[in-house]
Amino acid sequence: MKTKTFKTTWWNIRRSPYQAFAAVFVMSLTFLFISFFTFLLFGSSKAISYFESRPQVTAFFKNDVKKADIDNLKSQLMETGKISNVKFVSQQDALNIYKEQNKNDPLLLELVTADILPASLEISTIKIEDLSTINNMLKNSPLVSEVVFQKDVVSVLTSWTNALRGIGLSLIIVLSLVSIFIMVTIIGVKISHKKEDIEIMRLIGADRWYVRWPFILEGISYGIVGAILGWVISSGALWIATPALSSFLKGMSIFPVSLLFLFGMLGVEIIVAVVLGALSSFLAVLRYLK
Amino acid sequence: MIRLDKVSKQFSTGVFALSDISFEIEKGEFVFLIGPTGSGKTTIFRLLTRETLPTSGEVIVDNWDVVKLPSNKISHLRKKIGVVFQDLKLLMDRTIFENVILPLEVSGIESVAATKIVEEIMEKVGILQHRDKFPIQLSGGELQRAAIARALTLEPDVLLADEPTGNLDQVTAMEIVNLLSEINKKGTTIMMATHNEDIIKALSKRVIALNNGKLIGITGKKPKASIEHSDKKSANIEVKEKKSEDRPEEEFNPVIKKEDENEDF
Repeated sequence: MKTKTFKTTWWNIRRSPYQAFAAVFVMSLTFLFISFFTFLLFGSSKAISYFESRPQVTAFFKNDVKKADIDNLKSQLMETGKISNVKFVSQQDALNIYKEQNKNDPLLLELVTADILPASLEISTIKIEDLSTINNMLKNSPLVSEVVFQKDVVSVLTSWTNALRGIGLSLIIVLSLVSIFIMVTIIGVKISHKKEDIEIMRLIGADRWYVRWPFILEGISYGIVGAILGWVISSGALWIATPALSSFLKGMSIFPVSLLFLFGMLGVEIIVAVVLGALSSFLAVLRYLK
Repeated sequence: MIRLDKVSKQFSTGVFALSDISFEIEKGEFVFLIGPTGSGKTTIFRLLTRETLPTSGEVIVDNWDVVKLPSNKISHLRKKIGVVFQDLKLLMDRTIFENVILPLEVSGIESVAATKIVEEIMEKVGILQHRDKFPIQLSGGELQRAAIARALTLEPDVLLADEPTGNLDQVTAMEIVNLLSEINKKGTTIMMATHNEDIIKALSKRVIALNNGKLIGITGKKPKASIEHSDKKSANIEVKEKKSEDRPEEEFNPVIKKEDENEDF
């Protein structure tokens, strides 16, 4: 491809700035949505991983329970063959965890001692459906004061994420189709405006691709500029919202989102933009340049 | 160089633009194509550049069978044929220089070399001083020269000029014809469609006359070499040429002659 092709492309874009603006605008909207949707999916998958990595059942013991009784209960649990992991957290361990979580708040640290924090067993099952059995077993134990059961949290979050994924993908497909139709129309109008020029070029010996390339490059350019704009806006919004979101989702290691992830996303979006732009302009060329 | 053999072209409306046309033009010849509006002159040019296909017959340009030419070779054919279109077909939003350089750009010739070629040709046709002007700023004669310059940039073997003097005064028209004649002397085969009797008289070249899509006569002398090498397919054309050779050169005026014979022509 010659430099002249790029010059012709740039010339075509400059010749009709409003059409170029419309094309870039619709592409930016599409990629803005794609970026936000990607952030949402990334965040929710991180949240699910966070909850899945937590103990699935936590049994808190009464204060007067002896370590030997707890070990006995632990053995009974292991004998069921349904347990993948059991971890004993003593009162002192619990205090250490509490101190770590609230190290920035001295007032909360002053008021708490190991005595008021219960010892606990953090249990994970091999199969998620066995959680209910273990939950019932622990609840019936006279040693246990409270059982925290995280199955609902994970399943609700998973179903929300799946729903989001479905809705988001459908919207992305619809937006991409709208972008393609708008781009085909814009490039088609441009081809129609240049019909006489194209005819002259063909008559003096221009081959098909000499005529086609500038239009295809134009579509690709709109796609790339749209993708970059969409990415810049969405990443900027994420950067502004990061302090608020990281305090709201405390404990989950989502924020700050890594630059590697952001630039990786930009790379993928540019590839998608090239495909969308090339596809739409090629469709326009096939339709209007017979 | 150029051969049309029993070529007919029927439009979708059923009208015949050309009926059973046969003639041959040798390399380096200058031939006039004459006939009233609608006689089929432009259709012949369009057939030669594969803008359209004949309904029947054979069209040969420099050993290329234009009818059977694959679509991906059409651009190659068009680069071998320079065309001065009747309506010039200059791009109005480009300068004269940008218009003239277009065939070189289309052929992928490097910019510096292309600029040199274009400047030389513009100098030759006398429009170098107008290189940065737009077509709307030039006179009819200057625009014709620009169109000729564009047709010459790829040094074509054949130059087709479709009524290049149509809207010009007599003096400017003769300047254009002299320019084409100079180009022809350097070896380019030229086929020029015209109505201008003075030009035909002045140059004393072969004339192919058409009327209502039919060949009504070929007059003037064919170069000796071409007569010797003609095949049997063009035998009927030779007969017509022999007839024309019998007439004294100064009496030959196909346009007036035919008008006398047939008012439609």
